[in-house]
Amino acid sequence: MGALMVIFSLQPKQRRKTDSVEDELELSAVRHRPEGLEQLEAQTRFSRKELQILYRGFKNECPSGVVNEDTFKDIYAQFFPQGDASTYAHFLFNAFDTDHNGSVSFEDFVMGLSILLRGTVQEKLNWAFNLYDINKDGYITKEEMLDIMKAIYDMMGKCTYPVLKEETPRQHVEVFFQKMDKNKDGVVTIDEFIDCCQNDENIMRSMHLFENVL
Amino acid sequence: MAAGVAAWLPFARAAAIGWMPVANLPMPVAPAERNKRQDELIILNVSGRRFQTWRNTLDRYPDTLLGSSEKEFFYNEETKEYFFDRDPDVFRSVLNFYRTGKLHYPRYECISSYDEELAFFGIVPEIIGDCCYEEYKDRKRENAERLMDDQEDNKDAKLPNMTFRETMWRAFENPHTSTMALVFYYVTGFFIAVSVITNVVETVPCGSAPNQKEVPCGERYTVAFFCMDTACVMIFTVEYLMRLFAAPSRYRFMRSVMSIIDVVAILPYYIGLVMTDNEDVSGAFVTLRVFRVFRIFKFSRHSQGLRILGYTLKSCASELGFLLFSLTMAIIIFATVMFYAEKGSSSSKFTSIPASFWYTIVTMTTLGYGDMVPKTIAGKIFGSICSLSGVLVIALPVPVIVSNFSRIYHQNQRADKRRAQKVQKARLARIRISKTGSSNAFLHSKRNGLFNEALELTQLPYKMNLSDQGSTEDEKRLSKSTSLLESQHHHLLHCLEKTTNHEFVDEQYYQQSYLEGGLQNYPSRSPSLSSQDGVTGTCCTRRTKKHHTPLPNASAPAHMQPLTHTHTHPQGLQELSTIHIQPLSTSRSSLNMRVDEPAPLNCQSSQITTAIISIPTPPVTTPEGDAHLPAGPAHQNVVKVSAL
Repeated sequence: MGALMVIFSLQPKQRRKTDSVEDELELSAVRHRPEGLEQLEAQTRFSRKELQILYRGFKNECPSGVVNEDTFKDIYAQFFPQGDASTYAHFLFNAFDTDHNGSVSFEDFVMGLSILLRGTVQEKLNWAFNLYDINKDGYITKEEMLDIMKAIYDMMGKCTYPVLKEETPRQHVEVFFQKMDKNKDGVVTIDEFIDCCQNDENIMRSMHLFENVL
Repeated sequence: MAAGVAAWLPFARAAAIGWMPVANLPMPVAPAERNKRQDELIILNVSGRRFQTWRNTLDRYPDTLLGSSEKEFFYNEETKEYFFDRDPDVFRSVLNFYRTGKLHYPRYECISSYDEELAFFGIVPEIIGDCCYEEYKDRKRENAERLMDDQEDNKDAKLPNMTFRETMWRAFENPHTSTMALVFYYVTGFFIAVSVITNVVETVPCGSAPNQKEVPCGERYTVAFFCMDTACVMIFTVEYLMRLFAAPSRYRFMRSVMSIIDVVAILPYYIGLVMTDNEDVSGAFVTLRVFRVFRIFKFSRHSQGLRILGYTLKSCASELGFLLFSLTMAIIIFATVMFYAEKGSSSSKFTSIPASFWYTIVTMTTLGYGDMVPKTIAGKIFGSICSLSGVLVIALPVPVIVSNFSRIYHQNQRADKRRAQKVQKARLARIRISKTGSSNAFLHSKRNGLFNEALELTQLPYKMNLSDQGSTEDEKRLSKSTSLLESQHHHLLHCLEKTTNHEFVDEQYYQQSYLEGGLQNYPSRSPSLSSQDGVTGTCCTRRTKKHHTPLPNASAPAHMQPLTHTHTHPQGLQELSTIHIQPLSTSRSSLNMRVDEPAPLNCQSSQITTAIISIPTPPVTTPEGDAHLPAGPAHQNVVKVSAL
């Protein structure tokens, strides 16, 4: 009787084995080599040396040349040990993955960084708007903003002072909309956003904060 | 912070731009990158083999030898390289740790030499990666046991000042310590054997008179056997009482397996004494005699192998359970089948399913007594299937049990698993500490690091106003105490705090503030509060707006007084928005604590002018003599004023 059971269990195993072999082949075939250094230099505002440093760091963490969302979340989470950075990392990933193919290659990475670190204020604000606009329809609704806000507050974690309350993100969203939504139609368009940010001194100043990062 | 992702810090900082439009508060200024040198290659010469790596790679772990300034001691001026007179093979693993962030243990390496190298380079072995950790721990345990065995051989000399009780206990546990113990050991062994043989012989039929039926020896020589039994039980009772007296923890001794066996061995005799030759209870009396056979288990004190066998069975409980379970399943199935197959035949012995159990067991274990045999054809077919499958079902778990036994036997089980689990807990705790070390590092540097940045930015006017030579040196010392990477990471976290208008605190403080709930008097932003009023005469770290305004001469920081210092950077746009209290967490935030951390100073709570909560915290140990240090981290019951 035991022999019968063993015979039955052998058959599906073989089928599964061939599947996993194919899977492994697929995984190892995903390798990406970026465009040449000259091309990247032309497309972004980084110098050769900076691109070299960036690529070395990138390749060290992602030897296959592309980052998928899980790796991205892992890497980002290491900078925020106290909280949960995965939701915000998800939004960031979508913002970096401009061609929406589920992985961020080195070109995407470096283009995004080029805007963020070396772009004009207009470009940076554009990028931020793109980040907040989750469904990329050109409008930021309260729900989208609430998601983003919750993601940011999640990164703080539990141990904060003052203690994080449930309605804190919501209140923050209200403040944001009051500031940004000029015509009070419940959504923030790109023009309202850029307009309002350019009038806000704090925001303008903070846009230049990370310019010397590299 | 995980050093492996140090290269992604620029990315994380750039992504912080996403928070900026949402934040309501102005952001802190980024740390300046003074003397930002191009990344250079450094050469590490280890006993002639040259390793080269980027300086940044080594800087990832600033609390090790290679990552800190300690390596300067090994710098060779003529050849412009760092020379280490150590084993180059092990150094390979050490250097790979810096490169990949994972520490591996090479299997061919001796455990003690590896440990020495790790200790030399200041790396804690607990961070060995999961892939190699098991092997490392196993080897370490073997080594430790070998050392212990060596020590025990030398340890036979009697320790002085042992009480009589302790000597007795030692003699019982370890018969080789003295001759008396050895004698006692053999005597008890002999009597156990005698007792068991007596029990056995008692039932043998002795010769008898021709016209009487055969009687067992026990009934023929009742008195002799009774005397023998009494003598044995006397000895066992005395032994048990002596052990009970000598045991260090009587309660634990009484609960141990051996003592239970002892009690079970001698109890039937006493019960038999108490009970008279009452016919009713004689049946029970006879049953009790069966328990006398348990005396044979007393031999396990005398035999190591028996103990190992017992331990194996205990540790293989799951395999034995599986064996039992699968056997039971098979027995029930086959018994049912046989019963129904044989139902038709006449004068079948398979009267019921439970009756068929016996047949199934006998067949599956290939005993085949032959008292029950199937007569129908179907019964015979199923019977043969039954015996074939019996072989398989029994043969499968047995090798597992056998291998378990040999493993335990060779490893010389001495509660290995229990010890390993305790160590595992300690290891996980240490890894957790090092992980939270990064967050604690941030909290720690919040209290003293930001003053740093203020210093740097206001360096020029500050330097002009300072008459004290010592301060500039302190500045330099402070600014070097955190690496650039760390200060950038802390700046990032600080930006997040500003975006959400909440602060990171450590676990301890969070618990307290959570409990105290509504007691907090949380003054909302009041721009009218100036820094002067709030903090004159208190110890504090003042985080001020980093604008470039000149320092007035009058309020130069007073370094000299250890208890009070006022640092004022009154600046035009200063606003105090939160006043809160931050007790200092224990300073052991990371596994390898840097020695040159800025010294915390003690502060009296009475000097707080705006005391909101006084939370008693454990006093911070203060390295002395650092009165010059302008940046004191928060102390107990301190008001920390943060200007936004």
